[in-house]
Amino acid sequence: MGKILQIAARNLLRYRRRTLLTSLLVVIGIAAVLLFVAITGSFKSLMIAQITDSMLGHLQVHRRGYVASIESLPLNLNMPPQLAARAVKALEDNPEVAAYAPRIKFGAMFSNFTETTSVRVNGVDPERENRVTPLLAGRQLDGERGGALVKRGEMLVPVLVARGLQVKAGDTVVLVTTNKDGSVNGKTFLVRGMLESATGPGGRDGYIHIEDARELLRLTEPEVTEFAVRVKRQERVERVTAALVGELAGVKNKQGGAALEVHSWQRLTPFANIANMIDVLTLAIKVMLVSIVLVAIMNVMVMAVYERIREIGTIAAIGTPPGRILSLFLTEGLLLGVVGSVIGTAVSLAAIYALNVWKISYNFGQQQGLLLAPDIAARDVISIAGMVIVVAILASLQPAWKASRMDPITALRHV
Amino acid sequence: MSLIHAEKLTKTYRAGDVDVPAVRGVDFAIEPASFVAFVGPSGSGKSTLLNMIGCLDSPSGGRLSVLDTDVATLDRHASAEFRGRHIGFIFQDFNLIPVLTAYENVEYPLIMVQNWTAAKRRERVMNLLHAVGMSDQADKRPDQLSGGQKQRVAVARALVADSKLVLADEPTANLDHDTARRILELMKKMRDELKTTFVFSTHDPKIMREAEVTFTLEDGRLAQNNSAAQHG
Repeated sequence: MGKILQIAARNLLRYRRRTLLTSLLVVIGIAAVLLFVAITGSFKSLMIAQITDSMLGHLQVHRRGYVASIESLPLNLNMPPQLAARAVKALEDNPEVAAYAPRIKFGAMFSNFTETTSVRVNGVDPERENRVTPLLAGRQLDGERGGALVKRGEMLVPVLVARGLQVKAGDTVVLVTTNKDGSVNGKTFLVRGMLESATGPGGRDGYIHIEDARELLRLTEPEVTEFAVRVKRQERVERVTAALVGELAGVKNKQGGAALEVHSWQRLTPFANIANMIDVLTLAIKVMLVSIVLVAIMNVMVMAVYERIREIGTIAAIGTPPGRILSLFLTEGLLLGVVGSVIGTAVSLAAIYALNVWKISYNFGQQQGLLLAPDIAARDVISIAGMVIVVAILASLQPAWKASRMDPITALRHV
Repeated sequence: MSLIHAEKLTKTYRAGDVDVPAVRGVDFAIEPASFVAFVGPSGSGKSTLLNMIGCLDSPSGGRLSVLDTDVATLDRHASAEFRGRHIGFIFQDFNLIPVLTAYENVEYPLIMVQNWTAAKRRERVMNLLHAVGMSDQADKRPDQLSGGQKQRVAVARALVADSKLVLADEPTANLDHDTARRILELMKKMRDELKTTFVFSTHDPKIMREAEVTFTLEDGRLAQNNSAAQHG
């Protein structure tokens, strides 16, 4: 095998320029794809982190039917304490759950005493919420930062609402809401600060303490609208979701159906579609790479066979088995793929390192100055390089097969 | 027992709707360690005959036995194996592999066909390069060698796998007369040393005189069979 490799390498080097150009094509292709995967992967991870770590959590547990009618924030679909306790037990029992936080969500009128607008209010347990959405505190733009996310009597006001109503940290505002029974209640809050939107201009989510929410809604029992959950390993969200669905399937409502439902972040935000689009784009780029490698190497190998017909006739005449002739040409394709993959990977890793050193920043939604931190997993490098090598062999297969089947007399007569 | 034995051997090619006979009912026998030439003008069937003996082509009729093997019974893979094991080839255009050195060209059949060990290969190749007078040119590539030197390397390559039979189709056609004579002398010397049978084709009268046995072909038929004694 070593000798065949040596001969194959020399055969490639006899057409230096052509081999160099083909290798260059493979190098550029693989480097571009790995760089693209690293950059889009970084962007995707950051985007997902912004959504999950500052707002949604990795997954959420609701009472059945809540997500379907989430726009109206129905209070009658809150979990009563017994149901919430069943959810808590399932979350506590799952070893992959890192943290969970109860929330009470409702719609309210927000007033600065002269103007009024509608907001979505999240009643949160500050400590638990911090563990589930660690980036939420970082979205606070002004006012007192650090310590508890929000204290009793305080409210984090969405920035667009605050600016629209000219409210700033330290001002007093009023939240007025209708409770489950239809009676109206209001409560004053001190504005703790403005909260940058994680989702763009439409963000109208404000945050208050969960006990204030219960007081405002006159809840006599500790009801919960949802549990936001953080898992230990983000890539295992779907698995944990499925496990929790299985675990909670035994908790039935009066109709005999499942009383609780579990949704991963992908099912709760349209940003999951952007993440999916990135995956589709990556796949498209990989298909392009495969096509480039396939065409380039097949072209080189077809030319190599055509130009060496007499030589093939000679080696066949002296008794070289057809299988050896096949393996000789396949090895040439393999070498092109391996060399291109190794150099392409080295170039891409160098480029990824350089991008990390240069610290390129960009904006996403309302987030300014996010740092691009391209990174690539070893499995991506191995799979893409492996794919190129396999494609290189496949591209050589037809010309190699043709060479191995060549009639020695016809080949020897070829001019 | 003859090394090669042909009875009523025929070969017919199909050119469109027409059958073109290249060899028409030839009978001959070639003994081991002989030095034989098939002579005749272009199109007389010399190359076709050599191709059939070399298992590169199969007969259309008659019987052809090489080293006690009926070559008509060999399929593509068996033919390749038979050639690799028993037959060496020398070509008019030398047909050395351009990316390999003289040493590597001679070594090539041992790697691709025979799977000899490295040490055994080295000893055999160097012995043969020495025997053909090319040991000092072992590291040169074909484009650095003269025509005569290339053909010497080709002779060594044909003999390297302990071939019982070497077939040479017009081996001197691309060489000047002196070089051609020296190549034939080399082939004879190798025949004497290794007891290998050399069968070559030529249409050059000066070259054909070097053969110990000549078979003259005309229009695919054997016109004459002369031994060296008869020439003498």
